[in-house]
Amino acid sequence: MDLTIGYLYATGMNVYGDRGNILTLVQRCRWRGINVEVIERGVGENSSLDRFDLLFAGGGQDRDQIAVSKDLQEDTGRALIDAVEREVVVLTICGTYQLLGHSFKTGTGDVLPGLGIFDASTEAGPRRFIGDVIVDVRLADGTLSLVGFENHSGRTFLHSGAPLGTVLVGAGNNGDDRTEGASYKNAFGTYLHGPLLPKNPGFADHLIRLALARRYGDVELPSLDDRLELAAHQAMIERIRRRGRVNSGVR
Amino acid sequence: MMMDLTPTVFDLRLTSAVIVGKLARIASRRLGTGGGTSLPGALARRVDPGTIGKLARQLPQGNLLVTGTNGKTTTSRLLASILGNSGWQPVHNRAGANLASGLATALVTQANLVGRASADSGLFEVDEAVFTQVLSTFSPRVVLLTNLFRDQLDRYGEIDLIATRWREALRQLSPATTVVINADDPAVAALGRDLAAPVIYFGVDAPSDHKALDHVADSRRCPFCGSPLEYEVVRYAHLGDYCCPKGDFRRPPLDVAATRIVSHGVESTDVVVTGPFGTRDWRFGLPGLYNVYNLLAAVAAATAAGAPVAAVDTTLANFSAAFGRLEQIRVGDRTLFFALIKNPVGFTEVLRTILADSEPKDCAFFINDNLADGTDVSWLWDAQVETVAERCRSAIVSGTRAGDMAVRLKYAGVSADRIQTIDSIEKGLDVGLASLAPGGTLYVLPTYTAMLELRTIVSRRHYANHFWDD
Repeated sequence: MDLTIGYLYATGMNVYGDRGNILTLVQRCRWRGINVEVIERGVGENSSLDRFDLLFAGGGQDRDQIAVSKDLQEDTGRALIDAVEREVVVLTICGTYQLLGHSFKTGTGDVLPGLGIFDASTEAGPRRFIGDVIVDVRLADGTLSLVGFENHSGRTFLHSGAPLGTVLVGAGNNGDDRTEGASYKNAFGTYLHGPLLPKNPGFADHLIRLALARRYGDVELPSLDDRLELAAHQAMIERIRRRGRVNSGVR
Repeated sequence: MMMDLTPTVFDLRLTSAVIVGKLARIASRRLGTGGGTSLPGALARRVDPGTIGKLARQLPQGNLLVTGTNGKTTTSRLLASILGNSGWQPVHNRAGANLASGLATALVTQANLVGRASADSGLFEVDEAVFTQVLSTFSPRVVLLTNLFRDQLDRYGEIDLIATRWREALRQLSPATTVVINADDPAVAALGRDLAAPVIYFGVDAPSDHKALDHVADSRRCPFCGSPLEYEVVRYAHLGDYCCPKGDFRRPPLDVAATRIVSHGVESTDVVVTGPFGTRDWRFGLPGLYNVYNLLAAVAAATAAGAPVAAVDTTLANFSAAFGRLEQIRVGDRTLFFALIKNPVGFTEVLRTILADSEPKDCAFFINDNLADGTDVSWLWDAQVETVAERCRSAIVSGTRAGDMAVRLKYAGVSADRIQTIDSIEKGLDVGLASLAPGGTLYVLPTYTAMLELRTIVSRRHYANHFWDD
């Protein structure tokens, strides 16, 4: 089997280890004998996204987010909307998650237009949400717990449609309604860095399974030895339970 | 330089602050509670919030401040030695306590009971967020900016934010301050524009054909117009010889430059340096390109402050690493090689340095996520850990985030059966040492608080017969 991953805006939107998500997807495919290829697409390339089974984009600094926002108003944005409608698997983190909503009103009052893939909008808040997060995600075959680390001043409010999950610990989308992230068809957005996928191998496999199913129909993924990943996941949950969430931000 | 050696009015408040600070220092040393590098200054500042300024501005030779993401401690140690060899007697926060409380502690410690300075100058490494708060308090003679890399984003924020704050602060400086800047770092070099203070630039001009930026590079865009920078040479991360394709910005001409660099594994480096003082050919007892930058920074700052270049010769003749910064300690017939890691660029460059030869490596990664380390360990995924995968014979992981490091190594390509998770750092050190072949070296890579823990262990066990005054 083959899987082609598009890594959007890899050079700019890569501040909080988000590249680890790509490494995780790639290795978990390789360990199962799935041929996986990663192709980067940067700002200004305006190329088609037709060949990709899975698209990923991370978070970045303001300057880069502005550049990406502009780029998404061009062909790449239209191609991304089209890919989501074709049920291509899309994972976006933080800065690019915000841009998949309708708009992001920044701390300086500027409004960055988004794609409206998620029926959500984001506004910069007075302080940053920084710290560990635990989220419960309901999938067709049960509930999955995700651990991660959030660091964002944007507050995202979903107007309709589904969140990615329910916040158990942390702020999530906005610190108010216990929602975290968004999902629409096979597109997911989340504030979770950490990075997200290495310590949440079940969610990584969920994405791989969805991507393969589009091409090959339902596939059974051979199970992997995930003892290290699950130990790291469990260690975080126990640590947060024991000492509470640490808010380390001094700003 | 402003001098105020004979205050006309006895400053009761400052005197009280100094006494409180000194008592706290004596108490914390007696009790062995630690905290002796920060608590005295914190208490003194509570008694007199003006403690730092009043003590620092008395110093007749003035103050030197060193800030930036990486290299502060090593650069300051070099600088302290060079100034010492020039006949100065600087007060220096050697222990690396670089928040306001640490600066105040160093100043209070050297003052006498009525608040008169005994040192003749001040040398302070300063946390990059604290820097903007204390800059005007010091009216420094020299300010040294080493570099800006992503580091503890949960605490400092993104580097554009720090650069903006630095710029505002630097623009307040008068021509009495000299600003020494790493020209090869575009984020830092851009700050040299439009200052009233004179600027001295240092950087590397040695031949190289390396042009590709890797993913750890943070500052890829022109700080003035946002265009992607073009690199003639990339040294590491985003350091190199760059220019903006639109002509808005290019690397400033170098005042102090390394024109030839020859590395001798993990032992030492030969560097040819050209500056206003002429050309020198030095052997430097630290490995790694990033240490060449530390040397250039120290030489540029010291000579800007008026130190003779001969003082650098003396310093380099017998300079050794700060604890845990590429330091080797013999334990019987084995060696512990300590290299502090705290952010993606530092981690990547430490790996590059220890992998300079082609031997397989036994490694121990001690990863904590205490406040001083940063509570977000996602940086482990920004470092190029893949470089060590093929060469890693065994890996011990320990610390509060051992699990994260184990997963990082696994996804970098280290097979899971070579990764051993040990539940305490001390045990991890023992297991690592025990598994070495005679004559072997354990490469120990700790985060900051893990390094402090290791230092206590190494001291308690008398592994090294020298002690660290820092």
